[in-house]
Amino acid sequence: MFVRLSAAIAALSILGSAALAQGAKPTDPQIAHIAYTAGVIDIAAAKQAIEKAGNKDVKAFAQDMVRDHEAVNKQALDLVKKLNVTPEDNDTSKALSKQATEKLAELAKLKGAEYDKAYLANEVAYHKAVNGALETQLIPSASNAELKSLLQTGLKIFQGHQQHAEQVAAKLK
Amino acid sequence: MRPGRYRLAMAALLFSMMAVPAQAATIQIATTDLVFAPAEVSAKVGDTIEWINTDVFVHTATARNGDFDVNMPPKKTVTSVLTKAGTVEYYCRYHPNMKAVLTITP
Repeated sequence: MFVRLSAAIAALSILGSAALAQGAKPTDPQIAHIAYTAGVIDIAAAKQAIEKAGNKDVKAFAQDMVRDHEAVNKQALDLVKKLNVTPEDNDTSKALSKQATEKLAELAKLKGAEYDKAYLANEVAYHKAVNGALETQLIPSASNAELKSLLQTGLKIFQGHQQHAEQVAAKLK
Repeated sequence: MRPGRYRLAMAALLFSMMAVPAQAATIQIATTDLVFAPAEVSAKVGDTIEWINTDVFVHTATARNGDFDVNMPPKKTVTSVLTKAGTVEYYCRYHPNMKAVLTITP
């Protein structure tokens, strides 16, 4: 519970403070980069889980994450190509990636049931944090209608994943 | 000979009408942007549901009471026949925030 909460707060504050530090709302190329990065992070975490998870439901969940996030990111890439937008790296993306790398290293040290629990706790917290950022910052800031619509689909996918992660986590106890 | 043949034809026609009492319907339910639409559908036992997944994601239509569990591959349409009556709440196993209801009458 502590790990889950602290991870959520850390991720949220990174998203919040990085965007605030810029002093302005993120631009569409930045939003596209942040959303894509958020997907890449979850795919990396899932690939680690496919290798390490002991529980078959946890492994299956990780496979679902890879499948869905790859599908979302493919749509994102198709859209930026169509709109002729080049995703732009930014402080929020950098902060997210840095935190994710640390989390991956932390999870790498765990084994068996302990790992399974920690992975799912982080998935719940991470999806919750990204959902918050999508709802309060990224979606309201997006100016292109198609980008906004893709982010809204992304939000529903992420909300679904959060609930799915909570259900799998509940079964582990 | 002629009236007899006529009677036979009538009998055959009547018989065939009795053998197929009510035609089973085909009902479409789509998943678009992670939403089942329509969210509430009424159907009869024997009806076919055409599950149209317009999303690029895999979905499922999974009955909470276990009556059915349909896998819906991305950008594909699959069909299933309703075999049991009841008011069935169903959801997507991969995205449990997707929920809908099927009311199936006998």
